[in-house]
Amino acid sequence: MSGAALASPALRDPAWAARVFWLGAAAVLLVPMLVATEFTPWVLVEPDNLKVTLRFLGDFLPPKADAEFLAMVVREAWRTVAIATAGVFLALLIAVPLTLASTAALSVSSLSGRMHALPFAVRQAVRWLLIVLRSVPELVWALVFVRVVGLGPTAGVLAIALTYGGMLGKVYAEILESGELHATTSLLRNGSGRLQAFFYGLLPTNAPELTSYTVYRWECAIRSSAVLGFVGAGGLGQQMDMSMKMFNGAEVSTMLLAFVFLVWLADLASAALRRALG
Amino acid sequence: MRIELARLSARHPAARHGTAPALKPLSLTVAPGEQLAVIGPSGAGKTTLLHALACALKPAAGQLLLDGADPWTLPTAQLQRLRGRLFLAPQTPPLPPRQRVITAILAARLPRLGLWRSLRSLVYPDDIGGAHQALASFDLAHKLWERVDRLSGGERQRVGLARALLSPGTLWLVDEPLSALDPTRARQAIDTVTQAARERGVTLVASLHQVDVATHFARVIGLREGELAFDLPGTEVTRARLAQLYSQHEHELAGDTPPPEVGPLPAPAVTMVCR
Repeated sequence: MSGAALASPALRDPAWAARVFWLGAAAVLLVPMLVATEFTPWVLVEPDNLKVTLRFLGDFLPPKADAEFLAMVVREAWRTVAIATAGVFLALLIAVPLTLASTAALSVSSLSGRMHALPFAVRQAVRWLLIVLRSVPELVWALVFVRVVGLGPTAGVLAIALTYGGMLGKVYAEILESGELHATTSLLRNGSGRLQAFFYGLLPTNAPELTSYTVYRWECAIRSSAVLGFVGAGGLGQQMDMSMKMFNGAEVSTMLLAFVFLVWLADLASAALRRALG
Repeated sequence: MRIELARLSARHPAARHGTAPALKPLSLTVAPGEQLAVIGPSGAGKTTLLHALACALKPAAGQLLLDGADPWTLPTAQLQRLRGRLFLAPQTPPLPPRQRVITAILAARLPRLGLWRSLRSLVYPDDIGGAHQALASFDLAHKLWERVDRLSGGERQRVGLARALLSPGTLWLVDEPLSALDPTRARQAIDTVTQAARERGVTLVASLHQVDVATHFARVIGLREGELAFDLPGTEVTRARLAQLYSQHEHELAGDTPPPEVGPLPAPAVTMVCR
């Protein structure tokens, strides 16, 4: 700060005090949360712990690469992709109708003034259904379904379908409402139906963002199906769970590399789709 | 379609309560097939009037009758059917940037198509010939398969107008249809619209900024600050009357040159959202 700015109040930033206050307040709020999470990262570098960690990580190198094991990894990676894809597909079957029912962007009554009471109540009810679907973590759904349909990929597919149906439905509705609505309202104002307005106005306007979010969720589902494997829902995760339990670092590192590869593939697919739709 | 307004006033939905309505009580009758130009300085209530006629805006007071019936007493489904017989072309053409011109233009047909045929039309366009003809009357036939965001501002505006030719509406409400066109194009475009309306017996209400174009209409109404200033045949709209209508807004009257054409809109960048 220069002497001249200090001298003249007109040249001082009036938002300065508030900015300092809120930064300080955020820091003060963070402390009780660190206490609540027993955040003591220095135990990581205690000599005893360090030795255990380094031994496990040391096992990672070199990754296991014999032909039989690699064939198994490829087979299970394929199964993981299949779980994620089938799960997201079923999730779409849940999410798309619920999105259409809940988004305010397709409201005819709110074209002129406020939305009517009944459609408002219906949209609100669908929104609550979406909240319920996504507030139960997929891990819990998986544990439920493992008991119902037994160990294996089906439980993973169903768990992903329910949770992701809720997530996709909520975010789709938000994307549709926050996007440009001019084309859609114009169609509705000229007497087209809600679904027609969706296919001719809302969807072409928002397609790239919807696609990009769906592909991102598919990538999340690949990672999520790894976690679900730990509770017996099949795929690469189940194999990784076994290797972890036997402290076989070489196998774990090969499978982690397989995950990096899958996520990279998802990234490429997303970029290609966005380019095609952009 | 016959329009009757009885002391109708309207305010913008976002306007605060207690502010003066954008359109003060207005009584007006328009016969079926009549063509009407609405002129007046910015903020005179031209768009509000058009929106009220399009059943896009509920009147704050007074009554609107379309073919003798009050649309606001109808249940939502019937009101929506009635809207299918109206065609409102907003000032900025409502065209999704990534849509192709053919799809955007066939969208005007939706109220008549039914869901199944409109979905089939997305797989293979329903009436390519009709769309081609509508575009050709605005010199845009070569843009049939182009994407909307590859068009210039003026071309987009003409595509928006060409939609009217395909709509099943019997009342066309066009809001500032010439704002992005140069004078020659503007003349051609408005001639095409008025001629098509005459051939179909459609009622036409157009709000216009170009007073020299408006005076070619059989009937011209002047709005100022939400009130009717005059309602006259175009030939009787004299320079003196215009000067009075646009007093303190002379630059709008003198500025017969349209604003520069806007270039093609770049498609907004799509970012990865992590929610």
